[in-house]
Amino acid sequence: MKLIYERSQPGRRASSIPRPEGLPKAEVPEELRRAEPPRLPEVPEFELVRHFTELSTRNFGVDTGFYPLGSCTMKYNPRINERLVGLPGFAFLHPLQEEEGAQGALELEWRLQEILTEVTGLDAVSLQPAAGSQGEITGLMLVRAYFAERGELEQRRKVVVPDTAHGTNPASVTMTGFELTPVKTDARGNIDVEDLRGKVDEHTAALMLTNPSTLGLFDENIEEIEKIFHGAGALMYYDGANLNAVCGISRPGDMGFDIVHINLHKTFSQPHGGGGPGGGPIAVRKMLEPFLPVPAVIHKKDGTFGLDYDRPKTIGKVRGFTGPFGVFVRSYAYMRMYGPGLREMSETAVLNANYVLARLKGTYDLLFDRLCMHEFVLSARNLKRDHDATALDVAKRLMDYGFHPPTIYFPLIVPEALMIEPTETETKETLDAFCDAMLAIAREAAEDVSILKEAPHDRPVRRLDEVRAAKNPVVKYAFDDATVPAKT
Amino acid sequence: MAAAESYPDDLKYNEDHDWARIEGDEAVLGITWFAADALGELVHYEAPATGAAVTKNASYGEVESVKAVSDLIAPLSGEILEVNQKVVDAPETVNDDPYGDGWLVRIRIADASEVDSLLDLAAYKQVLAEQ
Amino acid sequence: MTHPFLALTDSDREEMLRTIGVSSVDELFRDLPAGVRFDRALDLEPALSEQELSAHLAELAARNFDTTRELSFLGAGIYDHYVPAVVDTVLQRGEFLTAYTPYQPEMSQGVLQSIFEYQTAICELTGMDVSNASGYDGETVTADACYVAKHATGKTKVVITEATNPQVRQVVKTYAPGFGLEVVEVPHHGGTTDPDEVRSAAEGAAAVIFQQPNFFGCLEPAPDLAAAANDAEALSVAHVDPLSLGVLEAPGRYGCAIALGEGQAAGNLMSYGGPHYGFLAARTEFIRRMPGRIVGETVDTEGKRGYVLTLQTREQHIRREKATSNITTNQTLLALGGLVYLTWLGPQGLREVGEVCLGLAELAKQRLQERGFELVFDRPTFKEFAIRVGRNAREVVRDARALGVHPGYALGRDYAGMDDVLLVAVTEKRTPAEIDRLAEVLAEVAA
Repeated sequence: MKLIYERSQPGRRASSIPRPEGLPKAEVPEELRRAEPPRLPEVPEFELVRHFTELSTRNFGVDTGFYPLGSCTMKYNPRINERLVGLPGFAFLHPLQEEEGAQGALELEWRLQEILTEVTGLDAVSLQPAAGSQGEITGLMLVRAYFAERGELEQRRKVVVPDTAHGTNPASVTMTGFELTPVKTDARGNIDVEDLRGKVDEHTAALMLTNPSTLGLFDENIEEIEKIFHGAGALMYYDGANLNAVCGISRPGDMGFDIVHINLHKTFSQPHGGGGPGGGPIAVRKMLEPFLPVPAVIHKKDGTFGLDYDRPKTIGKVRGFTGPFGVFVRSYAYMRMYGPGLREMSETAVLNANYVLARLKGTYDLLFDRLCMHEFVLSARNLKRDHDATALDVAKRLMDYGFHPPTIYFPLIVPEALMIEPTETETKETLDAFCDAMLAIAREAAEDVSILKEAPHDRPVRRLDEVRAAKNPVVKYAFDDATVPAKT
Repeated sequence: MAAAESYPDDLKYNEDHDWARIEGDEAVLGITWFAADALGELVHYEAPATGAAVTKNASYGEVESVKAVSDLIAPLSGEILEVNQKVVDAPETVNDDPYGDGWLVRIRIADASEVDSLLDLAAYKQVLAEQ
Repeated sequence: MTHPFLALTDSDREEMLRTIGVSSVDELFRDLPAGVRFDRALDLEPALSEQELSAHLAELAARNFDTTRELSFLGAGIYDHYVPAVVDTVLQRGEFLTAYTPYQPEMSQGVLQSIFEYQTAICELTGMDVSNASGYDGETVTADACYVAKHATGKTKVVITEATNPQVRQVVKTYAPGFGLEVVEVPHHGGTTDPDEVRSAAEGAAAVIFQQPNFFGCLEPAPDLAAAANDAEALSVAHVDPLSLGVLEAPGRYGCAIALGEGQAAGNLMSYGGPHYGFLAARTEFIRRMPGRIVGETVDTEGKRGYVLTLQTREQHIRREKATSNITTNQTLLALGGLVYLTWLGPQGLREVGEVCLGLAELAKQRLQERGFELVFDRPTFKEFAIRVGRNAREVVRDARALGVHPGYALGRDYAGMDDVLLVAVTEKRTPAEIDRLAEVLAEVAA
């Protein structure tokens, strides 16, 4: 398929810019003036539409089919939310509009904050972080500020992270100037409490944990873990990536966590958009509220809503304005369509996952034989040992069956990992069809593994040479033999 | 063409799958077949500068495949005399010939007694058995 | 009652529980210690139907004064530029909207190729060699660049001009302690920055960050600022307005190491501050230090061209604590909106938007000066400029809004001694008649 630059022809365009008559001459000083125009595409509007339409047909979304990517929560994105976010009162509102002129937006943000405090069991929220990773950094900055105020920051440099953690956790630790202390996972898939005991002391700042973990397992020792960390004067940070499992069933605040980030693009249905946008608001226990980013969204005594910048202990600002407002609209709308029924959402997610697990665990290896939460991790190591079929091969063959593959090779402690998260927005027929395909692929591996090795067969491309892409990175169009000229 | 599995008996090894060929007061360092195989085809070698100091058990550089990055752990302390430019230009040389053309650095050994704490082939094979 | 987003019937549930080997859904949660169980219903308002939800949100939206209800000259980093209908046409395709990050490239050639095209467009605009797939916004990509500069140079100080957007500076200062960086600001003089002052401040610095056009709308002596940074062996980082790059020179052509900025003006609706996208591009030598995703071109087993995420060893999922950034989810859909917009514009359109903004802003300056308003800075500007309004600018804003016009940003919110200064932004959406209306209203309320 052509690149848009290859569809380009000099002199064509889609735009028309109104140019009023008689505008005064205004020129950029010569030394600052653009010399050569950028080689943007030159296409008429219908070519543009055809190009991007064709591109979309070469892509697979939740709208297309089952998308069981573990830890991503690929649930249905309600269409009403797209209509609502386009309301002019939201879409055309400037973020620096006076408070009196943005009451609807501020009220929506405040209400969203209130819902998040109830769901997390904590006291105060900042909606500012733009994604889970940014929520993590913000949370760790709060940890810094908290201990700095107590004069303990020099002494507390370590953040404990389990070996099953998502890579963002250790990266966030480094980016906020802390040191990583890894802790092992035991045979039940819980944090190894004995390993943990030896590693938590007066030099520990915090724990970063997601519960259920990336293994899809609820940590049975969470109460003991809470005692260990709070007993050492450390804080507990909850990575909310797996919140879809426990809404209304167990709240991170009640588990003992002091800071929580929530992934609005996972649990609360902000569409993933091919890689964003997301939202990573954080909820905190009261003693951390003074350190939250500014401005804070407040509900004033006179009933109006406003922005409070008078927070002398704030860590500052991690993102522009109050955060990604369009994401708030969608997540707020989603939550309002569930109300207390968010519990049923989580129960269904957990039921769906356990059903798929029950159907598949006889055929694929399961390292931790427990009931799972909203996701679970299988290992294809038995297929690799017996038939030389890897998790990668299984994933590629699933594409031929019309499914997006699950997450593979994560978490790192499971060899040939397949992390499967069905979510709650699937019928039983879809779950069964997926299981049937996984079982068929295991049979194919035994009968003729080359079908897996050569998969996918029916996608726009076959397997791609990632080694070549890494050794000789080509990261933009070369324009060498372009039909688009350098000048217009 | 990736090499077949082998571990020469005239080399010294450490537990992080690095090897050293002792040549008088110099040593040539590299990674073993096991390490190269685990990483997959190498696409990048982040080499140290000549003249840089290396410390035993510390990282002196990195190699990367598409899916993984690995620290190179120095089996001995010393000073970098030479970096294998062939591997910088064509990192897959390590997969093809991990002990010959795929050498990574040549160092001047700082402390000869450190050689004694390295593993011989039999001891390294024990390490492999436990992987 | 079956919720519209849940599909299991009672008989589905029974069969599934049987297959699992438990007798109830509650039993699935048996591993949860009793002490952490939430034993009441969530204290939330009852579920709304889609229709009720629409009414509720329409009511909230109706209490916002957006630019369809109020003539607005408010800018200061986010701008009311025209977003054509085709952007939404593309962004609403379910295959783009509801897809995840393209970790399985055979399922995601649509997203991967569009990111490759976006990377190309950003490199063309900025004159750079490599762009990432986007960052969160113009503020955080500036912080990202500080992290890159620290690791590229080994130095622990960054210099940033006071004429750079205050929120950008605030975000950089929020990240700096964790990065182990000291932040030094260089003041403006008469609306722009002195390259000699930058040169001395940049001694021992990892990077020098400046904005072009700057927050006041003024054109900085950008090539000289870049040269000052380069002389001090600091990385020169230009924070630029994408819609200015049809008339202003690309940072890559005047010696910058990194070019970045807020992408909103190019293809995103204002939406009360987001989501938008930050763009970040650099010279080839920094490719392995780039934060965020990068798409590369390759071939498949049949020799067909295709696209993949590449150099992933920079990223958190592989390099973990040594990653170039922790960023995972970024702003792909909004960057796609940017690509569609730039494709719609074309090089001619980009130049014209720049020229029209320049012309209309010049017209606005004239009309306001005719009414007695004084320009604060005697410098060339792009689409924004600062005027003195004779009394507290925030009160002028309030009074002007009562007459249906939002006249601009009160600079006193961020800069000392500017309580009577208004920053007026003029985009291609404004007309001469609207500019006359601005002048009329301001004359009335400033008196």
